[in-house]
Amino acid sequence: MTPGLLLLFDLLLPAVLLWLAWRSLTSSDLFRAVILFIAFSLLLALAWVRMEAPDVALAEAAIGAGVTGALLLVALARIESAAGRRLSPSARWRSAALVLTGTALLAAAAGLLWSLRLLPTMPGGLGPLVDRHLAESGVDHPVTAVLLNFRGYDTLLEVGVLLLAAIAIWCLDEAVPFLQQPLESQLLTGFNRMMLPILLLSSGYLLWLGSHAPGGAFQAASLLAAGMLLALFSGASLPAQWSGLPLRLLLVLGFFAFLAAAIIGPLTGRALLHYPPAWEKPLILLVEWLLTLSIALILTAAVIGGRPTGSRLYPPPSSPSAEGRRQ
Amino acid sequence: MDPRDILSIVFLLAAAPFFLAGTIGLLRFPDVFCRLHALTKADNLGLGLIVIGLALQADTWLQSARLLLIWLLVMLSGATVAHLIARTALRAGRKPWSGRS
Amino acid sequence: MSVSLVYTAAGIILFLLGTYGLVAYAHLLRKILAANIMGSGVFMVFIAVAGRTPGAPDPVPHAMVLTGIVVTVAFTSVALALAVRIARTSNRAHLPGRDEEQR
Repeated sequence: MTPGLLLLFDLLLPAVLLWLAWRSLTSSDLFRAVILFIAFSLLLALAWVRMEAPDVALAEAAIGAGVTGALLLVALARIESAAGRRLSPSARWRSAALVLTGTALLAAAAGLLWSLRLLPTMPGGLGPLVDRHLAESGVDHPVTAVLLNFRGYDTLLEVGVLLLAAIAIWCLDEAVPFLQQPLESQLLTGFNRMMLPILLLSSGYLLWLGSHAPGGAFQAASLLAAGMLLALFSGASLPAQWSGLPLRLLLVLGFFAFLAAAIIGPLTGRALLHYPPAWEKPLILLVEWLLTLSIALILTAAVIGGRPTGSRLYPPPSSPSAEGRRQ
Repeated sequence: MDPRDILSIVFLLAAAPFFLAGTIGLLRFPDVFCRLHALTKADNLGLGLIVIGLALQADTWLQSARLLLIWLLVMLSGATVAHLIARTALRAGRKPWSGRS
Repeated sequence: MSVSLVYTAAGIILFLLGTYGLVAYAHLLRKILAANIMGSGVFMVFIAVAGRTPGAPDPVPHAMVLTGIVVTVAFTSVALALAVRIARTSNRAHLPGRDEEQR
């Protein structure tokens, strides 16, 4: 592509992103605001691809647009059913906010551009350093090596944050159905029959891909969560004997498996999160598999938005053929 | 210019009108059913042409196959979602636009 | 360099748009949207700075932004659960205080 066209793209994409963000904040209809935010996140994924960050793009599309979109839509429906659709903007705060952000704009832009000048300009930043030690990490993809080995403590605490979020949500409320009844439809049943295995397969594929190409546990987990949500929306439910202790154990499994792998280091005379040589690859893979399962469950629990109350997500149907009666 | 590149450009350019028409339809059509109709055209044919254009540029057959798989999956989910939205709208009491509004 | 600069500037403006939205609107869902947009702005500055030198971009900021996206979804889910609880308990989707001021 010619440089001129590429420059046009680089001006157009940020402009569209800014416009979507602005409309999402100012549009008077909140449903529209949420849809605009999902569109914003998807275009943001495009921007990450443009900036050669395919891992971030995958995570943005799956988590930023997909999971966050589902979270927002479900929460919006619940908020509006409880508080009505009336908006409560307060105009007197707007001028203050404008002055505040206007001042911050000048300060932030000046400060950031100044600090950019001071940053060391070695090509690729820490990239060469990561590449030099890639062989020791047990995986071939730099971003995965940073996530699960070089800066593994970031990821460990991040999974801890996710787990805390799930616990907080479960403490706040019980899960209430947000659809009066599941989306029963023959087309959806057929779709699920095809799509659920495909989602499972592509989740495993992304996980496997993570060791040498963009992909990994978080992207795989959000695909898995998408599959679980699809099944739940279509009326599937967790058997009662599973929704108690087994579910809670699976929810914390990833974090504690990671923690166990992390303290192998101190137990064998190394630093925390230092895996024994020759064990890096199997350990990272095992931790990633368990993380994927736990994160997928945590994300699903977050969208459902409350602790499980019983065996079903929906009130039991009054008659077995609700579909036929309505048509 | 490589004939493969020319073919790619032709397919990508052919896809653009579908997306343009789909977007205009989405913005201008009178009700949810018409808008769904406009949207699925962009999804199915527009995306299909883009996928063909890109598959020609892929290095391996496997990459082309994956692109085609994406198209099939989008069509599958597009059809299902369009059906669910239309059904929900019908059950919520929306009458399809009859041209007399 | 110029491309990196464009996206850095866009990131700063996104952050400020988010800050404005966070302060200017009372509806809790709007505030959560605004906080998400602020986060996206920060990520954009990060990634733009990671790619400012020629050659392959720095993988460390990429990994940190990945972590950031996951932490964002975690805080978003808790904030939304709180907002739903507030709406269900008080039948309004904004915090008290604004009400009294407007009356």
